[in-house]
Amino acid sequence: MLRYLSRKIVVYLLTFWVAVTVDWAIPRFMPGDPIEGLLSRMQAQPAAEKALSGYYSQAFGFDVPLWKQYLNFWVALFHGDLGRSITNFPTSVSELIMSALPYTLALLVPAILLSFWAGNKVGALAARRKVLDNTVLPASYVFTATPHMWLGIVLAWLFASTWAIFPVSGAYGLDVQPAWSLEFVQSFLYHWILPFSALFLVGFGGWAIGMRNMIIYELESDYSNYLTALGAPTKLVRKYAYRNALLPQITGLALALGAVVAGAIVVEIVFSYPGLGTLTLSAIQNRDYFLIQGIFLFLIIGVLIANFVIDIVYVIIDPRTRVGMQGGS
Amino acid sequence: MATSERPADVAVHGPAAAGAVPGPVAPALEPHEPTVRRVRFEFLYFALRNWKFVLGASVVLSCLALALVGPLLTDHTPLEFTGPTDARPSSEYWFGTTSFGQDVSAQFVYGLRSAFLVGALGGGIAWVLGAAIGFTAGYRGGWVDDVLNMLTNVVLVIPTLAILIIVAAYLEVQSYATEAVIIGLTSWPWAARAVRSQTFSLKTREFVEVARLSGRSTRQIIATELAPNMSSYLLMMFILLFGGAILIGASLDFLGLGPSESISLGLMMNNAFLASALLLGSWWWFLPPGLGIVAIVGGLYVMNVGLDEVFNPKLREL
Repeated sequence: MLRYLSRKIVVYLLTFWVAVTVDWAIPRFMPGDPIEGLLSRMQAQPAAEKALSGYYSQAFGFDVPLWKQYLNFWVALFHGDLGRSITNFPTSVSELIMSALPYTLALLVPAILLSFWAGNKVGALAARRKVLDNTVLPASYVFTATPHMWLGIVLAWLFASTWAIFPVSGAYGLDVQPAWSLEFVQSFLYHWILPFSALFLVGFGGWAIGMRNMIIYELESDYSNYLTALGAPTKLVRKYAYRNALLPQITGLALALGAVVAGAIVVEIVFSYPGLGTLTLSAIQNRDYFLIQGIFLFLIIGVLIANFVIDIVYVIIDPRTRVGMQGGS
Repeated sequence: MATSERPADVAVHGPAAAGAVPGPVAPALEPHEPTVRRVRFEFLYFALRNWKFVLGASVVLSCLALALVGPLLTDHTPLEFTGPTDARPSSEYWFGTTSFGQDVSAQFVYGLRSAFLVGALGGGIAWVLGAAIGFTAGYRGGWVDDVLNMLTNVVLVIPTLAILIIVAAYLEVQSYATEAVIIGLTSWPWAARAVRSQTFSLKTREFVEVARLSGRSTRQIIATELAPNMSSYLLMMFILLFGGAILIGASLDFLGLGPSESISLGLMMNNAFLASALLLGSWWWFLPPGLGIVAIVGGLYVMNVGLDEVFNPKLREL
């Protein structure tokens, strides 16, 4: 088990190193002078341009040799210093990200967990049951092929614009302040439903299809046939099949994380939800490069942590990884 | 992406059945020819009787036809300010017009074109990379496998969109081809991993041993022994990568990181969203691009399930 986990940790540390290096290298090794490129696209006023140019060359640390720039980048990183945002000067990038992070997590974590749970349950039910299979499956294919932002747009158009049941944007009403009060929580949930549904439905479709196909394989396998031959009730056979089919689904969850994060980013934008996605859009539109780089690092750290959690869960449910046999590739 | 795991298990059964086909070893040459023809015939026989394959393929092919022919039939170029603003669908403007007076139907057919371009090129590059890396790692084993597997796992964990955001932010993306290349370079890892594990199980088979004894080079063995035995699997992998590339490309364009001089389905959604089409209720502007993507990607996925059942008799059920 320790060998399994330590091998994973090595990969994650390596990934982190690669991500930080990419983050550092991209502005430095892209063709052309990065500062000039940034400024020409910002079309700032001459005075501002001069100040910005000074700020950028100092912030990038271009005046020292390359290896020292690299070291400085790491040192700053471990001090939590990701630079300052241009659009929200002088707020630091890490501060901006930290204030947006809770909203993104509040969307992402329930959407991932609930869609995984519901999709697997429904997919397992649908396998080898004609009526369910012919209704759930086509719907799942439509959902899983839907771009997140478009589902968000359609939901907002139907339920917020056409029939004004839910609010169209924001994470809470204008009349409340973020606090642990009942009013805030109510208002928050009310605003949360639509963006959550967009993420949930797309994820649900994918998991339902995956589980439906996986469980058919398991029901075809020798142990299932043997159990049936012994006269075990169908319910029991399906239960064992479900447990075995769940393992590859969990590996799939780790693989799907990147896509879900991408989905959350675009859904947040549709609903002007004040999380990392909306922050990303404003950073892109304002060419706020330090902010973009900071968000990039945060997304990767988040995905790495989530991957690690999934690995631990895998070890807990798959005994083979515990005794050092195969599994959990 | 969630569906991307499936074929890994599909292929566990797929090649097992295909492995019975004798490799082109000298004495087997004679029965080899007709076997291949029969397998191909069998494939068509089952494929055309599988409604999922037929449905998916016809949806995708109609979209492709629309993408190829549509731009020739429109009177307007997609970005041209041509008519009334915010007009509902009419006989002149089939899909209505945008707030800037652009023809939505023209944008739609050109958008389909860029979707297919991004899907084919991005998916194609990812497919080639995934297959090459997977075959090499799986067949060579040893330190080559260690290095390639490490590389795969690292790229696998990094969210594609995050990489794309940072690359596209600094490197102004000029064309859909560039966008597709960036997508292709970042979305191959799951494919590589799947091919690698397939290769692992195939390479110990006797027909591969025989080929090795006959003194063939690694490349020849991969091309003539391993790949043909996984052809169904490789085909399905390409379909999933194709659909995935279209979805990622649409997200990227929606974020405003794609080429801004031309039009794509993602960019249409971006334009509609920024012009508050949602609040104005201009559904004819923001519904078509999404429906186009759902049709192509959904069609591909359904076609893939059909193929799955065609290649794997165990799944032909109910």
